[in-house]
Amino acid sequence: MQFALLVNEGPYQHQAADSAWHFARAALAKGHGISRVFFYHDGVYNGTRLGVVPQDERHIPERWALLAKEHDVDLVICVAAAQRRGILDAAESRRHGKGADNLAEGFRIGGLGQLIESGIEADRLLVFGD
Amino acid sequence: MSTLHLVNKSPFEKDAFDSCLRHALPGSAVLLIEDGIYGALQGTAPGDCFGQATELQRYVLVEDLRARGFGAEHLVVGVQVIDYEGFVDLAVAHELVQSWL
Repeated sequence: MQFALLVNEGPYQHQAADSAWHFARAALAKGHGISRVFFYHDGVYNGTRLGVVPQDERHIPERWALLAKEHDVDLVICVAAAQRRGILDAAESRRHGKGADNLAEGFRIGGLGQLIESGIEADRLLVFGD
Repeated sequence: MSTLHLVNKSPFEKDAFDSCLRHALPGSAVLLIEDGIYGALQGTAPGDCFGQATELQRYVLVEDLRARGFGAEHLVVGVQVIDYEGFVDLAVAHELVQSWL
């Protein structure tokens, strides 16, 4: 079965990102697929590559990236939510003349179309948020 | 069409738990995760409601239960304790998954 996940909260503030990640890992371990994780609202903070985490603590953005790499999960950050919060990939940074970008490897910028598409194409869409 | 309801709020903080119990149809499943687990504790008014909702399949996520210092022995009768693997199985078994955010 193909799952899609929607994450509406940032890391380290609310448990949503952890719950979603644990669910994704459990689903993959059972042989299911995670077609996409869509990060919306403060959830876009899951996709920063500038986070520095104490060594003995979980690194949530890296954890997502690793999951994506190993299991071919599409990690999509909502463009409008991301721009408001200063999460930019190289192309968006150039377009807005910002001189720096901070989107983590394994993530890409997308739009609500990708969320709707997941709702249509995945067998289940689960929402994690506050 | 059967639904899996997810509640992640404490019933002592928000009304998501009450709303869920009012709307969930007989035969559907309710899984308490995160702070939602406080809705299944013995000796509390929300726990009593949850225990009496015998028309629903009722579950609590064990990782979130343990993370808050509780175990199965603290839960009202009729509630099943499951792990993330069980969570996945429930999501597969129900055509809709509704998060009460």
